[in-house]
Amino acid sequence: MNVLVLAEHQHGTFKKSAFECITYGRRVATTTGGNATVLVLGPVADLSPLAAYGIASVIHLKDDALATLDSQLYTDAIVSVMHRTESGLLILANSSTGKQLAGGLAVRLQAGLVSGVNALPETGDGFSVSKTVFSGKADVRLTINSPVKIITLMSNSVPLSTEPVTLQIEAESLGVNPGRVRVKQVERVEGTVPLPEAERVVSAGRGMKGPENWGIIEDLATALQATTACSRPVADSGWRPHHEHVGQTGLAIRPNLYVAVGISGAIQHLAGVNNSKTIVVINKDPEAPFFKAADYGVVGDLFEVVPKLTEAVKKFKAGH
Amino acid sequence: MKILVCVSKTPETTAKIAFSADGKSFSSAGVNFIMNPYDEWYALVRALEVKEQVGGEVIIISVGGTDYDTILRKGLAIGADKAVRVDAEPVSSGMVSAQIADYAKDQGFDMVLLGKETIDYNGSEVGSMLGELLSMPFVSYASKMDLQGNTATIYRDIEGGEEILEVDTPFVLSAAKGLAEQRIPNMRGIMMAKSKPLEVRPALNYEPKVEVVAFSLPPAKSGVHLVDPDDMDELVRLLHEESKVI
Ligand SMILES: Cc1cc2nc3c(=O)[nH]c(=O)nc-3n(C[C@H](O)[C@H](O)[C@H](O)COP(=O)(O)OP(=O)(O)OC[C@H]3O[C@@H](n4cnc5c(N)ncnc54)[C@H](O)[C@@H]3O)c2cc1C
Ligand SMILES: Nc1ncnc2c1ncn2[C@@H]1O[C@H](COP(=O)(O)O)[C@@H](O)[C@H]1O
Repeated sequence: MNVLVLAEHQHGTFKKSAFECITYGRRVATTTGGNATVLVLGPVADLSPLAAYGIASVIHLKDDALATLDSQLYTDAIVSVMHRTESGLLILANSSTGKQLAGGLAVRLQAGLVSGVNALPETGDGFSVSKTVFSGKADVRLTINSPVKIITLMSNSVPLSTEPVTLQIEAESLGVNPGRVRVKQVERVEGTVPLPEAERVVSAGRGMKGPENWGIIEDLATALQATTACSRPVADSGWRPHHEHVGQTGLAIRPNLYVAVGISGAIQHLAGVNNSKTIVVINKDPEAPFFKAADYGVVGDLFEVVPKLTEAVKKFKAGH
Repeated sequence: MKILVCVSKTPETTAKIAFSADGKSFSSAGVNFIMNPYDEWYALVRALEVKEQVGGEVIIISVGGTDYDTILRKGLAIGADKAVRVDAEPVSSGMVSAQIADYAKDQGFDMVLLGKETIDYNGSEVGSMLGELLSMPFVSYASKMDLQGNTATIYRDIEGGEEILEVDTPFVLSAAKGLAEQRIPNMRGIMMAKSKPLEVRPALNYEPKVEVVAFSLPPAKSGVHLVDPDDMDELVRLLHEESKVI
């Protein structure tokens, strides 16, 4: 089966999800005996980072009109490349971009769509994939029966594996005009890995008492090279920015490590984080419900425990 | 403004999740269903605010059986003018969007609002499909929308930040937290809802492209390993050697 992978970037810098999708696409193409192609939309100065993940063939549509997301322009562009590469599988990241596009593409390509896929497909008899449903409380395996299939890949679902190749790039402009959606401004916290892509997350809740105490959380996050997150009441009271809010009404994430500090572990909070691979809970209340969902727990006062943990991490890093 | 709001029902957050013996379907016995929070708190309320601001009509639509009627009546009690139910089990996002598009296509809607996702299947798929089926631009995850004439300024949640964009009506928009404040239906709303129209429409045929093999419950955690608060070196060792995350 031929596979097409959309490689997302942010102002020309590829996202980690792009490399994960390429790794996934390469593995599916290898097992099913097809060709894989990477598609890049909008201006990017340097495509060379793509070379590390094993797909050589790259189609780059450089139009300025594709620099920002317009569902209709992007859909047209991706559909044309799906036809041109005769691809049977399209892989998108399960990101705000991927999810905005996937449904429309499914309509256009008459494709079955599964979003939030969390593992490689089973391709022996048909094509089936798994995903998490019911806010993390269950998994489901689904078969896609249509000739063309689309999946969006949940981040941190396949370990990145490198396989350097020499890129064969076809770069061109479609000559498209600006779309109907006019992006005015993009505000992003620079310098840190965005929460949905983070491998390690340090998250804190109301147990912190106030925003002025977040220094110890930031220190721990820096030591662990982690991104910070928070519970809903913390974001609602403006102690932390809205985009850090995880849970049922916020982001759903699945990092390799989730450290929860002073968070009780309400079911709506767990809905966003219980698929994390390893969960550490720091709470002074041994009865806090979060301990039931945790791999490691520390019962103690966070204002004492967190600085000690930060020191221990620094000591460990210095020795490795 | 003529606005369509898509509403679905989901198990209450605290509901116990269980499946039939063959794993093919969700066991709804004893489960309390609610209107999907994103649809109710944000999409519907923002639609009502727009109507209050500039006039117009708010129609709510569900694809589902008679068990959806209580959800639709609640939407009417909150303030929608009219409800439509397409009479069929919602089997997939493809099927649901095809039914909604078939109703909406020649009604001249200025806006179609949805929730960002249903909290049961967590698909976030219907809105994107509707945009394509109705040939309208689709904007996902809106946490704010201001309307000036026919132009909407929309704040859209993206990874680690926010995008601010403009789009003219008609468009399809999915609602995230922040778009509006929850409204509780009052007695008057509940009484008025009884006399508002609830139209039931037959469904189109639809061939599903995705089928469930089986649902399963994730393996239970083996129990928390407690670490002495005075020995954080031990926790670091476990994270390195046992779970290999640092
Ligand atoms: C429909 C709905 C949707 C929701 N969506 C979300 C969501 O998306 N995300 C979310 O997070 N919540 C959500 N909630 C809210 C959720 O139910 C909880 O109220 C919330 O998660 C609690 O936040 P918290 O754990 O920070 O605070 P609390 O529940 O107040 O917990 C604070 C914890 O800190 C501990 N603590 C206090 N002091 C210390 C100390 N010195 N050292 C160590 N530990 C200490 C306490 O023992 C306690 O366990 C939602 C609720 C509803 C009804
Ligand atoms: N059966 C349904 N009837 C009407 N609207 C629905 C239905 N299912 C989903 N929707 C709408 O589509 C949104 C996204 O759902 P989903 O794509 O399933 O995550 C929901 O928030 C609803 O607004």
